[in-house]
Amino acid sequence: MSIELRNISKKFGDFVAVDNINLHIETGELVALLGLSGSGKTTLLRIIAGLETPDAGEVLFHGEDASAVSVRQRKVGFVFQHYALFRHMTVFENVAFGLRVLPRRARPAEDVIERRVHELLKLVQLDFLADRYPSQLSGGQRQRVALARTLAVEPKVLLLDEPFGALDAKVRQELRRWLRRLHDEIKITSVFVTHDQEEALELANRVVVMNQGRIEQIGTAEEVYHHPANAFVYNFLGNVNLFHGRIENGRVFLGDTAVELDNTHAHAHPETGKAVLYVRPHLLEIVLRPNGKQTFPATVKSINPAGPQVKVELVAEWGDMVQVEISHDRYHTLHLETGAHVFLKPKEQKLFVYQI
Amino acid sequence: MEQPPAGGLTFAMASQSEGAPKRPGTADPPWVRRTLIAIMLVFLLLFLFLPVIAVFAEALKNGIAAYIAAIVDPEALAAIRLTLMTAAIAVPLNVTFGVAASWAIARFDFPGKQLLLTLIDIPFSVSPVIAGMLFVLLLGVRAPLGGWLADHNIRIIFAEPGIVLATIFVTFPLAARELIPIMQAVGSEEEEAAVVLGAGGWQMFFRVTLPNVKWGLLYGMVLCNARAMGEFGAVSVVSGHIRGHTNTMPLYVEILYNDYQFAAAFAVSSLLTLLAIATLIAKYFLERRAVPVKREQDDMAAKIAA
Repeated sequence: MSIELRNISKKFGDFVAVDNINLHIETGELVALLGLSGSGKTTLLRIIAGLETPDAGEVLFHGEDASAVSVRQRKVGFVFQHYALFRHMTVFENVAFGLRVLPRRARPAEDVIERRVHELLKLVQLDFLADRYPSQLSGGQRQRVALARTLAVEPKVLLLDEPFGALDAKVRQELRRWLRRLHDEIKITSVFVTHDQEEALELANRVVVMNQGRIEQIGTAEEVYHHPANAFVYNFLGNVNLFHGRIENGRVFLGDTAVELDNTHAHAHPETGKAVLYVRPHLLEIVLRPNGKQTFPATVKSINPAGPQVKVELVAEWGDMVQVEISHDRYHTLHLETGAHVFLKPKEQKLFVYQI
Repeated sequence: MEQPPAGGLTFAMASQSEGAPKRPGTADPPWVRRTLIAIMLVFLLLFLFLPVIAVFAEALKNGIAAYIAAIVDPEALAAIRLTLMTAAIAVPLNVTFGVAASWAIARFDFPGKQLLLTLIDIPFSVSPVIAGMLFVLLLGVRAPLGGWLADHNIRIIFAEPGIVLATIFVTFPLAARELIPIMQAVGSEEEEAAVVLGAGGWQMFFRVTLPNVKWGLLYGMVLCNARAMGEFGAVSVVSGHIRGHTNTMPLYVEILYNDYQFAAAFAVSSLLTLLAIATLIAKYFLERRAVPVKREQDDMAAKIAA
């Protein structure tokens, strides 16, 4: 089932949670709503579910206005961050709940319910825990039970509110891959909310980057990461260094260093020419000798060789802290040490400049 | 007086040399524990066990036949009947109100919520006698409303309805007060989950909300029942003490006592005492069944999450 949001707005008191949002989600898509806390992503998800009523705008399911359709009739599955399992019911009864509350005409017979619940518990690989209570399960197990419970009613849309937010890193990775496989298998239209950019980029067909109740960009993981629509998106998706400079004749000046630009996003302030330059740590090179106006001097402050890349922290000559990531091979050829004076060279084509 | 040395190591060695088992660092010294337990036991004995034994001893002073005679006396039976009826009306109303009020307060934000919380507590802060007086002033024959009721031959004050009203008033906050913190701690996420899964309002209430608060609710009912049956002050003012008609058990006990019928007074008292003991036993077993280890952990988790 496709979902369409038209001009959705929602306020809580004076706080604008969702500000005139338009979004179309195709049948079978897996979409991530990505943003910081307070960006309105959870409110938007709850509006789709019908748990919140928008102040303005329409929600369309499969092209039909769902505004008047109550939560229980929307056929959505909602997975809560803190699982919201029924604590007084066993795992089995939790999963069976959605079937047991069906109107008598539609309610399956007891043996059908039993078969269906065990099927679902097998799908989430927890059949052996059917008689346990939620409090006896680990966080990852609880969230899988919550998913099975949601799938029991065969929802047309699956909505997940920070589904892995309360889990530790290892379990989160595992569940992420598992959810991806599950989605490939059952092809249900899914929307999940997350503040973890890595999670969004890895899992979703399309990522919706949100900020202060508005959508900053919609696109595939590749698009939002490599072609960010604006500075917020670039800044949000991954680590960045921020340099203050100015733009003159298509060249960016950082102190005395000039960098050639062929970036369409190079907009300077029309009067002052001032600009902010965003550079990812792996898009800076460390060299030992200056190379005309393309490099700028810096001093090594600290080196962290743990991890797939060596993280070097430096201070630029004008006082800004700079983070650079280089390969271990490069690190060994350079013989870097703390306090060493080196030069930094931006790999120019991937710069991002924004006016201030 | 011999003080144990301050050093933990020396102390541990000393206790080992006596052959006593090591005690954990957080435990109090034995003499502290024994003193505290002794003080508590003395209090229990003086203020709880002795009076209870005294009630039964006095009640059975003239023999078991006199005890039974005092209870099957028609006036005593009328008092028992009235007390049971009052409780049977007050408890369900109290539960209904308690669930509604705690639901409203725990789930919704509305103007005047704090005021409502304060208002719920009024019966606790007002002396029961004054509560009774209030009903007399409002519904007595001389009051406009009471006069109108009297003209239509409806008797409330100095009749059973007045007693029921006064009892409802004094027991009013009991269930609500038990339920509000529990409902707040449990939160509304499970209810939302139930609705998204297709449950209707009543299904959600009976399958999710109520099971989560049922032991608190039951405890509220037990408290309410005990108070309804034992209430003296407010009921005394509105009852008019008409023997065989508007006497509840506590009022009847007072009348017997004032008539120097001590054995009979204590016989009826013993029934109220038995009720109290039964209430406690019921509560004990219900809680034991209700709170196995897993639920305790769960409640802890809920409190931490909240």
